[in-house]
Amino acid sequence: MAPPRQKTPSRLHALRSFIAQPPSPVLVMTFVLAVAWVALTRVPASAVPAAAAPPGPRQGFAAPDFTLETLDGSQLTLSALRGHPVMLNLWASWCLPCRVEMPAIERVYQRHREDGLVVIGLNVTAQDSEAAARAFAQEFGLSFPIVLDRDGAASARYELMGLPSTYFIDRQGIIREVIIGGPMSEAVMLSHVQDLLQEP
Amino acid sequence: MLPFVRIGPLLLQLPGLVLLAGIWIGTNVVEKQASRLSLNAAAVLNMIMAGLFGGLLGARLLYALEHINAYVAAPLSLFALSATAMDAWGGLLVCLAAAYLYGRAKSLPLRLTLDALAPGLVVFMIAIGLASLLSGGGYGSPLRAPWAIQLWGDYRHPTQIYEMLLAVGVFLIWKFTSMGTDAPGRSFWRVLALLAAARIFTEAFHGDSAVLPGGFRLAQVAGLLVLGAAMYMDRRWAPPEPASPGAPSRPRRATPARRPVKAQAKRTIPSRSKPPRTLPK
Repeated sequence: MAPPRQKTPSRLHALRSFIAQPPSPVLVMTFVLAVAWVALTRVPASAVPAAAAPPGPRQGFAAPDFTLETLDGSQLTLSALRGHPVMLNLWASWCLPCRVEMPAIERVYQRHREDGLVVIGLNVTAQDSEAAARAFAQEFGLSFPIVLDRDGAASARYELMGLPSTYFIDRQGIIREVIIGGPMSEAVMLSHVQDLLQEP
Repeated sequence: MLPFVRIGPLLLQLPGLVLLAGIWIGTNVVEKQASRLSLNAAAVLNMIMAGLFGGLLGARLLYALEHINAYVAAPLSLFALSATAMDAWGGLLVCLAAAYLYGRAKSLPLRLTLDALAPGLVVFMIAIGLASLLSGGGYGSPLRAPWAIQLWGDYRHPTQIYEMLLAVGVFLIWKFTSMGTDAPGRSFWRVLALLAAARIFTEAFHGDSAVLPGGFRLAQVAGLLVLGAAMYMDRRWAPPEPASPGAPSRPRRATPARRPVKAQAKRTIPSRSKPPRTLPK
């Protein structure tokens, strides 16, 4: 005759026994304090929305505005482009990664210009030259507007730390992604641009 | 804030370097702790590497899947060195799954392995705080006080420093107390609970919180879930209470009896502040 099988505690039994044991007061107090802290430190409804926050070159902040002259002599103001997703690329003709990624930027622009995408190439002319910028644009056949930051003021507002620097700005003028350094791959550009285009 | 350093044509991203240093120091700490716990330290390190590489690969592949049109147009971009083209949460899940599967394949005991990983996790959290300070990420809300730091056009709470200091505090508690050494696995859950509590506290001073309906901060709600889970697991993995003479016998908890790691539940873990000693087999 087989010996009687020893009964092992079931999962349900283990849970019951777990619940039956009184929890440590320290643990309960810690958790209650944590819940209270979460409730007390909620973001008030009166908090300043991102669009109204002071501009800054950072994800979640309003893009610093500028008005600059383009290569063809017209003026371009960033804030006038509200309603369009904007890809802002800061570059210089001597910057090797800028040269590498520029053809991909042009392809992305050609692919999505009909969808409302605006690409701005901001030449850091204070560290470059207008003639070199013009030659660069012709060499790569750039069809998007190139603006000239002759005194470096716009670059300073973007706290330029390295070239190239690219800012993906949504229709409300809020920076959604910042990429410092390069070269950026075409798919990375496309993915960020397509995310912006999908938003209302 | 010092996100980049230019060395000739190279633009070095300091936050990335700090994170790499955090992984390197963290794995060294884990290796020492694994040896102290009589684990196969090489297998534990390989498990971390499997998790990291799996996580990176998973993060990139999931990101590419989410932006399939972009990657079909430029498939070689899959191999581009870009930290922004990653699905962070997906990568974390793949990282955990890869590490778990590797650990299982190498028969690493779950609870002791988690204990070995605990200090590495804390070191990595310190590195994340420092990387955020360098990049200006995870910035605080505006503050008018002597300890405020100037960042993004305002004086703000130095949330990155708060987070680093609290993580250092958790490390010191782990190092100089016998917290959670009464049973395998508890040390990990207690460290996780402390880190979650620290995050719940510091998130209140953040200026970049993702906000849920009702004004609740996403990171705090996630922190509460982690804190609750860590407390539950800590209690669940507690050693059985000694039965008093004459008291009616109570069924023991299912986990230690059910799992094949029953033997390790009876081990005592060496105190971290004392020299290591060999565990009874």
